[in-house]
Amino acid sequence: MAHNSPYLTKASSVQSVMLRVVLALIPGIVAYVWFFGPAVLIQLGLASFTAIAAEALVLKLRKRPIWRFVSDGSALVTAWLIALSFPPLGPWWLIVVGTLVAIIVAKHLYGGLGQNPFNPAMVAFALMIVAYPLLMSRWPNVATSINFQQACELIFGASTMDAITSATPLDTLRTALHGADASTTIQTVLAKTPRLGHGWDWIAGGYLLGGLYLLQQRIITWHLPTAFLLSMALLAGVSNQLDPAHFNGVAFELLSGGTLLAAFFIVTDPVSSCTTPRGKLIFAAGVGLMTWVIRHFGGYPDGIAFAVLLMNVAAPLIDMYTQPPVFGQKSDMKPKHD
Amino acid sequence: MTTPLRSLFDFNGGVKPDYHKDASTRLSIGVLSAPTEVPTELVIPLHQSIGGTPRPIVAVGEQVKKGQRIGDADGDVSSAVHASTSGTVSAIEMRRMPHPSGLSSLCVVLETDGRDEWIACQAFDHKLATPQEIRDYLRDCGVVGLGGAVFPTHLKLNADRQGGIETLIINGAECEPYITCDDMLMRERANDIVRGVVLMREILGAKQVRIGIEDNKPEAIAAMQVAVGDCGDDLQVVVVPTRYPAGGAKQLIRVITGIEVPHGKRSIDYDVQCFNVATALAIYEAIGLGRPLISRIVTVAGNVDAPRNFDVLIGTPIKKIIAACSPLPDTNRLIMGGPMMGVEMPGDEVPVVKATNCILLGSNKIFPPPAPEMPCIRCGECALACPADLQPLELYWFSRAKIFGKAQEYHLFDCIECGCCSYVCPSNIPLVDYYRFAKSEIWAREKEKSLADEARDRFEFRQFRDVRDEQEKSARLAARAAAAAAAKQLATTDTVAIPNTEASTEANEKAALIAAAIARAREQQVTATPQNMQQLSAEQLAEISAIEARRAEIREQAKPHLPPDA
Ligand code: SF4
Ligand code: SF4
Repeated sequence: MAHNSPYLTKASSVQSVMLRVVLALIPGIVAYVWFFGPAVLIQLGLASFTAIAAEALVLKLRKRPIWRFVSDGSALVTAWLIALSFPPLGPWWLIVVGTLVAIIVAKHLYGGLGQNPFNPAMVAFALMIVAYPLLMSRWPNVATSINFQQACELIFGASTMDAITSATPLDTLRTALHGADASTTIQTVLAKTPRLGHGWDWIAGGYLLGGLYLLQQRIITWHLPTAFLLSMALLAGVSNQLDPAHFNGVAFELLSGGTLLAAFFIVTDPVSSCTTPRGKLIFAAGVGLMTWVIRHFGGYPDGIAFAVLLMNVAAPLIDMYTQPPVFGQKSDMKPKHD
Repeated sequence: MTTPLRSLFDFNGGVKPDYHKDASTRLSIGVLSAPTEVPTELVIPLHQSIGGTPRPIVAVGEQVKKGQRIGDADGDVSSAVHASTSGTVSAIEMRRMPHPSGLSSLCVVLETDGRDEWIACQAFDHKLATPQEIRDYLRDCGVVGLGGAVFPTHLKLNADRQGGIETLIINGAECEPYITCDDMLMRERANDIVRGVVLMREILGAKQVRIGIEDNKPEAIAAMQVAVGDCGDDLQVVVVPTRYPAGGAKQLIRVITGIEVPHGKRSIDYDVQCFNVATALAIYEAIGLGRPLISRIVTVAGNVDAPRNFDVLIGTPIKKIIAACSPLPDTNRLIMGGPMMGVEMPGDEVPVVKATNCILLGSNKIFPPPAPEMPCIRCGECALACPADLQPLELYWFSRAKIFGKAQEYHLFDCIECGCCSYVCPSNIPLVDYYRFAKSEIWAREKEKSLADEARDRFEFRQFRDVRDEQEKSARLAARAAAAAAAKQLATTDTVAIPNTEASTEANEKAALIAAAIARAREQQVTATPQNMQQLSAEQLAEISAIEARRAEIREQAKPHLPPDA
């Protein structure tokens, strides 16, 4: 094949980018397993297997080089993000269907790698939470330790899980606050469940660690996570100041749910978010704003998926209007002689 | 060196590839030694600079001496060429050029006599000369930019300017990997370079002079500092951080002065002028010694056993110098220039020209064939690396989809084809190929459009003429009929004037019609001028024709990159 300059290329590949993202997820996963048991590992396995099988199948149908694209690692990243945002004790088919939707519909129907306007993992999450709201909001209780065998039984349907699951901290609060009893405040809920949110902060810390690694590797830039976290923190701070009884503080808002997973791994999906520096700031701040609004005023336990999808729609437009000035057009430097 | 060191500025983007510069700097600059290495035949292309092709002024069979002018500059934007050694003109014919198209160009072929006999050289006193005389002298000495752009130097070395210019920048950055010709020149001939710089400063009346050198050339920096210290003039050596493409003229101007010269503007509009170190030496040789430009330093590097720099006579077949460096057997390509922006040469019989700064031999080992192209994942690496602050990923998308209007809106023509984006792309997309393809398509379309517009104008004028003739004819008939009627009426009534008035109204209408048509034609002519060709310098125009030549080839090459469903 013809080959023109530049003849030198940096040793980098889509595969190495994706594998480093996968690597960056590991600290979060370790914390996850520590607090919630090995169930999430089963979900990771299910999602990975489904994603790769679906990817290979679709590539075959689309007559694309199967190995080149399966080995790029992008399906694996999608699978892991799905596994980490789905409830770990959900039945096996929940995550399998979600992953199939992500790979086949959200990714390949739009043209495959690099072409999807929506974040595939978030499409899967949004679809499943609309279709199966109850199954999607059952999470293991931090207090109950579940071993591998129990997890298998639960996931593959041998036993029911109601006894040992509870809602996520975010969900617990939301349900309580939206309840009939007007006297319920965050403080009364916390008094009843003192360990609410415990464990999640460690998981959040794991994701933060991974995120810092991605920043160091220059796989992501600071714009997206910073703007996202800042907008969330700002909204939480102000609303908590105004009405501490009904709005969470900054720490709770940032450490609970998938906030940090989203900040470093979901909002930062390069394909479906903005690419210009200012565009990234707007995009991520928008996701933060909408996540907060949905969390507090919407009907779903967490709003990240919807917020991301909504901003995905706007991303191309934002990019278009935030093109940075090109060389020689930044400053108002005028030629001295014309 | 009396001026205090100012802080430097930064440019966005850029990359840090492996430089591979050590290997070719271990040996001093070599010369091809007689008798085996001195070529018996030199092929001297007449067109070696941006601008017009010089006219040959020697005849076949004529004896020429070293330094004798053999091609006269064709107009002001052009530069003379000279015999690089003494001998006999054996032919004036088309020969292949060091250009990927394999295009031929008119060359003076010289059979060397081995005596290497100079013409009588006489220094030029620029202090007594008028600015026009200096320009003419340098043009006739064939001095052109030796950094690779081969822009005629006399056009930039303008002594006319009231009050001189602010900053003269001498470019010794040499940022491309493998190339070390400027580095070695600075190490070995610092004094002569500085003499040339002083001459340039005097001609330009520059208030300050900065010699920019990348910090990966400590020996060159030291040598230049000593030479600058010795010269007594207040020149300043500026050490700039090593980062490709810091040696691009616009990038170096930015780093040293903070000024960004936008696309389509010349640096002189910002009171800055920038020349390569080798050009400074050529100026010294032309003005100080009276010698025209007949040789240059060429780096031979890459897939050779003994990489080295040589002082080479212009017109030497490149195989002669390659042979002196023991090329390795698995060599599969010959590149003129560096690995980032160089162009592939069609064969090893092509001559060294004034633009040949480096002959780079490639193999699959040192320049592995690119990995299969993957889709763009919008990772933004390319935008971070782009020194022109473009969004290469968007340009790629529009170029690939042939949405050329959008590509231009996203400043396709600001792209300097430095290759940084392709270098970093994890998807191995040959981005620059797409931009070359898009640019050449746009130029081609504009050319076609202006031809079509001309044809349409001609057609419309014919139509207009037919209509006009028709109207004139009917007007004449009407006037005649009216006159006849009037004559008839004259007998009975006295309304003589009426028909005449009518006829003149018609004449007025006719005149208005013609005027409108002419105005329309003029308007069309204005819009028909291709937009991207409007404000082009001679340099860019020449580049266009060069790129045009590659167009068909690039198109072919772009094809396999396009995924099957594109
Ligand atoms: S570097 Fe390559 S993959 Fe990344 S955005 Fe640019 S073109 Fe796309
Ligand atoms: S080749 Fe063009 S688009 Fe790519 S980095 Fe250089 S200037 Fe930017």
